[in-house]
Parts: sequence; C-alpha cells; structure tokens
Amino acid sequence: MAGDDDVLVRVENLVKYFPVKAGGLFRHTVGHVHAVDDVSLIIERGKTLGLVGETGSGKSTLARCVAGLIPVTSGRVTFDGREITKLSRGAMRPLRREVQMIFQDPYSSLNPRRRVGSIIGDPFAIHKTATGSERKRRVQELMERVGLNPEHYNRFPSEFSGGQRQRIGVARALALRPKLIICDEPVSALDVSIQAQVLNLLSDLQKDYGLSYLFIAHDLEVVRHVSDKVAVMYLGRVGESGPKDALYNRPRHPYTVALLSAAPAADPDAAAARQRVILTGDVPSPIDPPPGCRFHPRCPKAQPLCAREEPQLVLSAADEAAADGEVAAPGPATAGTVGGDAHLTACHFPVAVGENLASAAASREFA
Amino acid sequence: MAIVGYLVRRILTGIVVVWLVATAAFFLFFARPVITVARELAGRAATPQVITEVISNLGLNQPIMTQYWHFLDGLLHGDLGYSYYTQESVNTILKQDLPPTISLVIGGTILWLVAGLSVGIISATKARSLFDRVSSVAVLVGLSMPVFVIGELLILVVFLPLNEHGITWIDTGYSGPTSGLSSFFGHMLLPWITLAAVQAAVYTRLSRGQLLDTLGEDYIRTARAKGLSERRVLFRHAVRAALTPVVSQLGVDVGQLLGGVVVVEIVFGLGGVGQASVEAVEQDNLPVIIGFVIIAAVFVVLANLVVDMLYAALDPRVRIT
Amino acid sequence: MSTTFHEIDLEVEPAISRIEGRSQWQLTWRRLRTDRVSMIALGVIVVMILLAILAPAVAALTGHPPNMAYPITGENAAGNPVGPFTNGFILGTDSTGRDLLVRILYGARISLFVGVVTTFIASVLGVAIGLMAGYFGGIIDTVLARFTDAVLAFPYVVLAIALAVVFGPSLTIIMIIITFFSWAGIARIVRGQTLSIKEKEYIEAARSLGAGPFRIMFFDILPNLLAPVLVVATLYIPQAVVFEATLSFLGLGVQPPTASWGNMLADASNFYTVAWWYVVFPAAALLITTLAFNLLGDGIRDAMDPRTERLLAARRLRRKNRKRKGAGGIAGTGPGPDFPDPVRIGQIP
Repeated sequence: MAGDDDVLVRVENLVKYFPVKAGGLFRHTVGHVHAVDDVSLIIERGKTLGLVGETGSGKSTLARCVAGLIPVTSGRVTFDGREITKLSRGAMRPLRREVQMIFQDPYSSLNPRRRVGSIIGDPFAIHKTATGSERKRRVQELMERVGLNPEHYNRFPSEFSGGQRQRIGVARALALRPKLIICDEPVSALDVSIQAQVLNLLSDLQKDYGLSYLFIAHDLEVVRHVSDKVAVMYLGRVGESGPKDALYNRPRHPYTVALLSAAPAADPDAAAARQRVILTGDVPSPIDPPPGCRFHPRCPKAQPLCAREEPQLVLSAADEAAADGEVAAPGPATAGTVGGDAHLTACHFPVAVGENLASAAASREFA
Repeated sequence: MAIVGYLVRRILTGIVVVWLVATAAFFLFFARPVITVARELAGRAATPQVITEVISNLGLNQPIMTQYWHFLDGLLHGDLGYSYYTQESVNTILKQDLPPTISLVIGGTILWLVAGLSVGIISATKARSLFDRVSSVAVLVGLSMPVFVIGELLILVVFLPLNEHGITWIDTGYSGPTSGLSSFFGHMLLPWITLAAVQAAVYTRLSRGQLLDTLGEDYIRTARAKGLSERRVLFRHAVRAALTPVVSQLGVDVGQLLGGVVVVEIVFGLGGVGQASVEAVEQDNLPVIIGFVIIAAVFVVLANLVVDMLYAALDPRVRIT
Repeated sequence: MSTTFHEIDLEVEPAISRIEGRSQWQLTWRRLRTDRVSMIALGVIVVMILLAILAPAVAALTGHPPNMAYPITGENAAGNPVGPFTNGFILGTDSTGRDLLVRILYGARISLFVGVVTTFIASVLGVAIGLMAGYFGGIIDTVLARFTDAVLAFPYVVLAIALAVVFGPSLTIIMIIITFFSWAGIARIVRGQTLSIKEKEYIEAARSLGAGPFRIMFFDILPNLLAPVLVVATLYIPQAVVFEATLSFLGLGVQPPTASWGNMLADASNFYTVAWWYVVFPAAALLITTLAFNLLGDGIRDAMDPRTERLLAARRLRRKNRKRKGAGGIAGTGPGPDFPDPVRIGQIP
C-alpha cells in the first residue's frame, strides 16, 4: 500500500497537445495532435512503472513532460512534493540532477564527436560538481559500475557496440545519483542477447541505489521483466493499469488482451494453444481521435455505447472479488490512480477471465 | 487561382527588395562628402564659388531626406535622373548600353547551361572513364580561374595569333546583330566562352554529383529492373530528379553572373552597362550608379522568380502557394 | 548481427594500441595521407606560403627590391619588358622594368593573406550566426535567411566596386568586402547542419542534464560542425584569392606600386603582344594557388566522407592485385563475390 511518502512522482490530469501548422507566409494552427490527453499517474519510490503502447500512443511525450523537457498544455507534475510544471529553466536546474533519461537510440543519443569520458563527465561539468582529475576518477568509477572498461575513457562512441553504447548512456544518467530515471525504450534498438544484459544492469542499479524507473517500451515481455506496476496507453490515454501480475494474468481491456496475444511466447506449445486476437485497421490519427472510447473502431467487443460515451478508469469490484482478494482495496493515497496497487480499466465491457476474444472478433467480422 | 496570387505576392516582395536596394545604394553613396564630387566635376582650377554653384545645380545642397524623396518620386515615374557630367538622362544611357550586356548574358547563359549540364551528365553516366577524369580536371581548373584571367588568356592564345595570321572574324569590341550576324558572333564568341567557363565548371560538378547520387537510388534500380531502356531511365527518371538542386543553384548564381558581366565587358571592351557603371563609379556619377544598381536588382528579382517557377515545374513536391 | 562483429573486432585487435580513441581528425588525416593528389596540393600550398614568407629573402638574393625599376637592364631598346632569364631577371621584367619573380612572390603575400584571413573571419562569423539562427529559429532565423538570400543573390562585384570607390580602395576595404560576401554562404551551411543536429537525441540528452543553450551550441553542436566548415573554408580561400585579384584587376583593390597578382595582370593586358610572360607567370601563380586549395578542399571532403573508406579499400585491393599479377602470381584475380568492387556500390552498375 502506497502512502503519500512513498510517491515520488505524481502526474495529475496531464494534457499535451502539439499544434499542427499550415500555410506558408502566415502560418496558422489548423489542429492539434492529442499526444497525451488527461493522464494521471504516480511513480512509487524505488519501484518501476512500465508504460506500454504502440508507436504514437503518447508514451514518449508523457515521459518528456515528466522530465520537464517540454512544457505541458495543462495539468500538474509533482516531483518529490514540488510542482515542476511551471518552473523556469533556472529553477529547473537543481531538479535536473534528480531526474535523468536513458534514450532509445544508442547511436544518436551519444555525441559522435565527443570522447566517452567527456560524455559521461558532462553532468559533472554542467552542474559543476567535479572538475579535473576528480571528474575523471568519478567517470571511471561509473564506467566500471556499468560494466565498461575504464581505460576506454578516451575513446569515441563509434568504437563501441550498441550494448556498450547503451551502458555509456546509463552511466551518464547515473552520474548525478538521480532519484528517477526515465528509460525511453532503452533496449528496443538492441539485439535480444544484449537486451537482457542491459535490463539486468538496470535492475542491479535499482537495488543498489534505490532508483525509481519510468520504463517505456512496446515490448510487453521486457516491461513485465522490469516493472512493478504497468500502464497500457492507447492514443494518449491510459486504457488499463495495475500491478504487473494482475495485468498480465487477468487483462481486462480488449486492447491489452490483443497486445498480449500478439507477443511471442517462449513455449511453442503454449504459443500454439493460445488465441490470437488480430486487430484490424490502423491506429487512428491523434489529430482527430475517435469519440467515446478511443479504441472502439478497432475493438472486437465494441458496442454502440463505446462510440458515444467515454469509459472512465475504474476498479471492477466483481473482478477483484474473483481474484480471491489478491489485491486489497486501495488506500486513499492511491485510490484510482495509475501506478498504484489497484487494477484499473477504462472499458465499458471489460474482458472476463476465460472469455474468448478471438471468436468475438471473428463473429464481429461475419456479422 | 493560386498561381496568380503567388505571382502577385512575389512581384510585391520583388518591389520591396528593389526599393530596399535602391535606398541602400542611395544612402551608401552619400557617405561620401558631396564636396569631392563637386570638386571633381568643376575641374582642377575651380574657385569655391564654382563649386558651390555646381553643388546647388545638382541639388546636392538640399537636406538628404528631400533629395531622397525626390529620388523616390522620380523612381516611381520611371525616371532615374540625369548624369552629372553629360546631363544625359540615365534612362537613355542605360538603353544605349543594354544591347551588348543583354547579348552577353543570354548567349553566355545558354552556353554555360548547355556545356555544364551536358558535360555533367556524360561524366556521371561514364563515371571514372577518361572523359570523366579529363572533365573533372578541367572543372577544377575552371573553378580556380578568375574570369578576367580566362579572358586575358583567350585574347593571348586565340585572338592575337589569329589576328596575326589575318583572321579577323574573331574580334574584340561590340558589333550588334543588326550589322551582320556573322560579325556579331565573331565579336561575341570569346566573351561568351569567358563568361560561361567558370559557371559551366560549377554546373558540371553539381549536375555530375547530383546525377551520381540519383542513379544510386532504389527507384532507378526499379526502373531498370522493369526493363526500361537506359536512355529512358536516364532522362525520364534520373536527370529530372537530379536537376532540381541544379536549378535552385541557378537562383544563387544570377548575382554572380552580373559580376562576371562587368569583368568580361571590360576585358573585351564591349562597352555595356557593366563597363559604363564602373566608369560611373570612377567618376562618382551617382545617378548612373544607382540606375545600374536598380537594373541589377530588378534583374536578380525577375531571374529568381523564373528560377522558382522552373523549380516548381521540375519538382512535383514543390507547390506554389 | 553487427554487435557481434564489433565485439569480435575488439578482441582481435591488440587492446593497448586501441585504448586511445581515434578521433575523426586522425582518421581523416590517415585517409588524406593516402591521397596523392591532396598531398601534392598540400605541398604546393606549403611551398607557396614559404615563398611568400621568404619573398624579402628572394628579393635580397636577386638584388632586386620589389618596387625598384631597372630602366637599363630591365627594358629592351624599345622600352618594353625583357623576357625570362635576361640580365639576371629569372622570370623577366614588367612594364616598368621591375623583377617579375620578386613581384609575383610579393603578390603571393597579399593573395594568401587576404585569402586566409578573410576566410577565417567569415567562418567565425558564419558559424556564430548560422548556429544561432539554426538553434533558436523563429524571428532570428527568418531575418537571417532573408539576409543571406539577399547577400548571396546580389550582384556582389557591382556592390564591391561601389564600396571600394565610396571608401577608397585599400587592402582593409577589400578584406571587409570579401568577408561581407563570404560569411552568408557559410552561415547557410551551418544553419542547415544545426537544424539537423538539433533533432538528435544527444541534444535532448544534454538538455535533460540541464545544459543551457550556449553550452549545447558550443559543446555539443559545434564539434559536429567543424568538419563541414573546414571543407567549405578550404574551398572559400581560393574564391577569396580570386575575388581580391578581380578587384585589384579592376583597379579597386591593392594599388600600385604594391604588387598584387590582380593589378599585375591588369597592367599586363597592355603588353600582350610584346611580353607574354607578363601575363602568363602571374596568371600561373594565381591558378596554381587556387587550384591547390580547391584540390585540397576536395580531398579533405572525400577523406571525411565515410563512404571513402570503401573507396580506399578498393584502391588497396586493386594495387595488391596488380602487384600480384606483375610478380607472375594468379593472373586476373578480380575481387571475389565477397568483395564486390566497392567503388561502384551505390553508384553505377
């Protein structure tokens, strides 16, 4: 149960729209990309919140808002009890030490013209915390900590492999001993064999330094491996969230079910036995999201109600009871909040345990 | 119609550009004290009275803003003022001097584009052949030579020996097309080559590089795989795509072209607008200089408009809005 | 899997020799050194610079100061210049009987000084302005873009002539004019590069670390700009040299009796028929200098292009094959199927 002291980050009703401009001489706004639309969540101290979704679901935008890299359209982000959404760049500076990011592309996230020592030492230089030989010593410590050879201090990023480059990124993020590290698809660009090494490094560091992670990925298995709580995003909204096991074992949102059924299973027998829910159509444009439930145009269970009324993120009491009390009723601090202990779903007709969605999809197609 | 609106907007911005250039030129030349102008005009032994008289005759004693308004007013009526020296209208002077300049620009540009593009295309299709290597060296030599050196060398190596052997068809100076086409070409051939040489080098290099890049694209491979003839692949697919950056370079080079015109006119004694303007500059003949600057600005604006239209015609992704 | 390859590479190569990272500059230099044409061009430039520096020594050696006329030994009976190797004038004399060789070397001082200094100032200005415009965007960018367009499209020789007249011809004014017309091109290139680098994740990484805009511009973006700017600058030097020569040719630059290649060639145009050397030698000096800079600039550009690595590999391979053939080895061993001729990759089948 998460009390207020256990919450490191609290996001309330966060909205981020990007204007879409047109015209040559007199540019004017013709619409908005609804990247993040009314999302609230919490990240608990020392825990990992996994954020899953397709490309364009707004998860990276959400991460950048939490990191204070882009201004929010509306809503609040509170870090460690301080609201950070309206801080000036100068006032943000101390906060930069507490929140760090690890980026997706290990090739473009390291400046190719700078030596590794200078890249990892950058945080020290920017915040003037260490200079000269002291900086070099600390950089080499960091390199050793993330599994790099400290003698490679003077090398350039191009002389490292993808996995090693990502370790450099981790070392850079770790330099200032932050409280929160936002991992934006940190292993998506890596070979599978290397992914596990980097993921293990991240969880070791979490144990050693008490880090909190906001972990973004589109690979469900990766998220399951590292996360305590998981939230599924679709078109700028959270569709379902909850503790990892509850969400993976008893997914209730049809979208989550579809995602899970699409993930490759390690066991060939299990893979053959399970039902595949194939989603039809493309993700609708975030400039003009569908009314009602945003998933309804692609949902196998969609009813007329889904197109009319937007479902709220709620706890399904009946379902919780069926889970024979595995999760107790949430405390007041995290009641109804994504990232807390509750298993929440935004769906008018949640999928019941054992329900066959694949046949629902098929019957809908023939109807 | 989008195109009409576009043209109107471009012409309006063009007028603003011309006005800015004219104003800049006007005030720039007033950075020089009027007394020097007057002293030069009045001759060496002029008394102070004569100088004052000259100044007031030219209207140079009026406040600078008054003179500026007067200048703008004249400009609006297409009147560029009168030469300080001959009292001739600047319009007349420019009109007299335009034919050699226009002949030079048109012939030179045609030669430059034809030579530059064809050598570039041949070099690209036969990359690393002897032709390509020789043309690459020639291009670098061309790029490294000032226009006046090319002109002087052509006079030294072509004109003088021919003249010595009694072949006078190739000549310096200017002879208009109305007084015999053959003599016109004889007089213009070396100036055209001189003007085109440097620019042709730039375009050979640019079109060769662009075409080589384009020929490596996947859609060219697709076109070949479909069984299109090499000629069709080259001209229907590759050259068209490779030409767009070449055309946009054209807009940048229009200004350079005018600079070349001045030098070529002087080297070959063609007596065009460029030569007249350099003389005017040497004499502080303000109205003539400004007249030339304005003509040059109009030319640059118009040429850029043509280039942009050409660009839109070549590249379907560019829309005129 | 590329990762695996990298790791194998690291194991195979001796660890100690590779601990110091190879910077892009070292790589470029290594590639440049194998390019014969660039090295010759570089040699020519170095010799030119040495000769320019040593011009007074040459003058002392020949005993002919640059502005000293020799009406008796330096002119023939008709009062025209004397040719090369006459009366101790190695390259002959000019219209007033001065030593042409000494004057050409003094001209080199002017040309190289103008070329290098104006290009340097223009590069600094162009980088600063292009960087600001590209990074901040908005109104600064719009104003700069319009201004660069205007500068680039303006008939600059005309304006240069006018400026030279208004302020009186002098070396300073020529250098100001040349700088004024050079920075815009560099600024435009820098702006374009900045726009693309700005979108890279490492810039976002720097911002997430709390780096301010100036730190990002100078520590993160600038190092990535130096390579293209170096190439452009090498190619701008010959242009500046040509520009100075043109202005001096028009009588608007360096004024006689100070020697400059441009004003020598202007004077020489009156002596076409009697003194070919008066035209040919200054023209040759000008051409050799500008050509050397152009060749070197091209060479540096190629050396910085990652695609060149394949080109060099192909060159080495061909050379090896040729040698083998010459030694009576396996004749006609072409590149096998695993080694497609890299020259043609992405070019023409």
